[in-house]
Amino acid sequence: MKTPYSEIVIEHFKNPRNVGKIEDPDGKSTEGSPACGDMVSVYIKVDEKTKKITDIKFESYGCASNIATGSIITELAKGKTIAEAKKITWKHASEALGGLPPVKAHCSVLAVEGLRAAIQDYEERHGLITEREPTTIEILRKRLKHVMNPLTGLDVVRTELIKDIQLKDGTVKVVVDLSEDHQFAASIKEDIREKIEPLWDVTEVTVEFLD
Amino acid sequence: MYLDNASATRMDERVLEAMKPYFFDLYAVATSEFGYSIGIEAKEALDEARKTIALSVNGSPEEVVFTSGSTESSNLALKGVAKASGKKGRHIIVSTIEDFPVLNSAKALEKQGFEVTYVGVDETGLVDLQQLKDSLTDETILVSIQHANQEIGAIQDIKAIGKICKEHDVLFHTDATHTFTRVPLDVREVQADLVTVSAHTIHGPKGIGGLYIRKGTPLSKVMDGGFQEFNVRAGLENIPGAVGFAKAVELVTPEENTRLKEMRDSLIDQLLSKVPDTVLNGHREKRVPQNANVTFHYVEGESITLHLDMRGFAVSTGSACFSRSLEASHVIMGIGGDHERAHGSVRFTVGRYNTIDEVNAVVEAAAEVVESLRRISPLGK
Repeated sequence: MKTPYSEIVIEHFKNPRNVGKIEDPDGKSTEGSPACGDMVSVYIKVDEKTKKITDIKFESYGCASNIATGSIITELAKGKTIAEAKKITWKHASEALGGLPPVKAHCSVLAVEGLRAAIQDYEERHGLITEREPTTIEILRKRLKHVMNPLTGLDVVRTELIKDIQLKDGTVKVVVDLSEDHQFAASIKEDIREKIEPLWDVTEVTVEFLD
Repeated sequence: MYLDNASATRMDERVLEAMKPYFFDLYAVATSEFGYSIGIEAKEALDEARKTIALSVNGSPEEVVFTSGSTESSNLALKGVAKASGKKGRHIIVSTIEDFPVLNSAKALEKQGFEVTYVGVDETGLVDLQQLKDSLTDETILVSIQHANQEIGAIQDIKAIGKICKEHDVLFHTDATHTFTRVPLDVREVQADLVTVSAHTIHGPKGIGGLYIRKGTPLSKVMDGGFQEFNVRAGLENIPGAVGFAKAVELVTPEENTRLKEMRDSLIDQLLSKVPDTVLNGHREKRVPQNANVTFHYVEGESITLHLDMRGFAVSTGSACFSRSLEASHVIMGIGGDHERAHGSVRFTVGRYNTIDEVNAVVEAAAEVVESLRRISPLGK
């Protein structure tokens, strides 16, 4: 069989580890939504004293790279403290999987975000996070680092596709250095909105392309 | 087991046999009647092939030009008409679910200053004829609406569309890539001025297609070169391709189309009854004999196709993850579906070399794959 996926990706896709729900989780998250494509849910159990992740499960409504990344992320996070687990990046997951095709980066980054969001949920529920931070250009830039450039498999900030970010009274404008009829323009636009719209004080997101 | 015959088909050996002499014996360029013997023979073969294609849609041989395939045919139809229209009118109408050659030609013309109206379809994929009528203006030069859809197989009422176009004195192009020889098409009855056809969907060679151009249709050539193909399509004629195309047309029989339809019906009935939470995409009756397209809720299409590939089945999906642009199928979105419906959509298209045993096997495999993927899905519980 010919496939762009590594053997490890195929193996995790065929036999995903730690699949399912945890009935009484200490932290949980759902990233993505059926409306926009892939979706992943992550559930964690955390030891209150050691802050170690004692159990982790995931569910995926996604493509092969999404399933495989969800699977590997649970293996990477299990037994780690939440501080350690928070540092797991898409790059770590991709390396552990023997590499992912660049065009699939955006489907797989969701699982990594799912893990971070589940940890954040745990922290919020246990009073470890106090104030809600107001959105700044820096925060926006950080969020945009989760939008993958399908041409390279690297994020749109690092690949300098983001020409400008403006923020005014909850309205965000992102200017992308691509033409509107670029092969991936529609996909990137949707991805950007998806990453920025959930910010609590953002009311409107517009994405502009260059001619 | 190959069930993606809408994308490309296995070529028939008899097609190859028909083509062979034009590679090794009669390989000359098609010359005029005053040329040399081998060139005259090549020209005769080309004329004969043209006649076969023309007659299969009830057209005349001088109304058919050969192209490199559907993409070129539809580009030539839209851009050629636009170019010839001059200042006469700058408005074109297409449907929202056209295949990319028509859709992107329309978009390219839009950038050149043409106005394009995209008419919608209902939930079964059929064009809203009232909206079409309402969209026609004095400026309209061309309506391009496909005969049947590439993904969901819905067959349009092109006879009604042709009538509307004639009443308004507007040219009518139809992309018949997915119906050619599978669903009868008579250009006189339908009043079509331009029809896109191709060999790749009917077990013919890749790289050869045709455009029917009704006599008198104003159309400018879009590729400059020599005076081949009635000075409409420049370039050395692909004579082996044309001969293979004609052979492929001759090999399709009504019996075969009935057999495909039986396999299609079995696929649809079994998928809907054996896999829970599955819906049909496209019209149940008004659909091409080779196409079944369903959405399996709560699971993603690329995961399904990859699992099926591991079991030896080739099928396709409208999921964004599978597409080259990472966009969900514009066809599923066009029939009022959401991303979710596109995400889990899978197209099965049968051809000459499929059997009912394969149909049964793919249904069984799909049911298992969908069930296992639903076990890891957060949805549908």
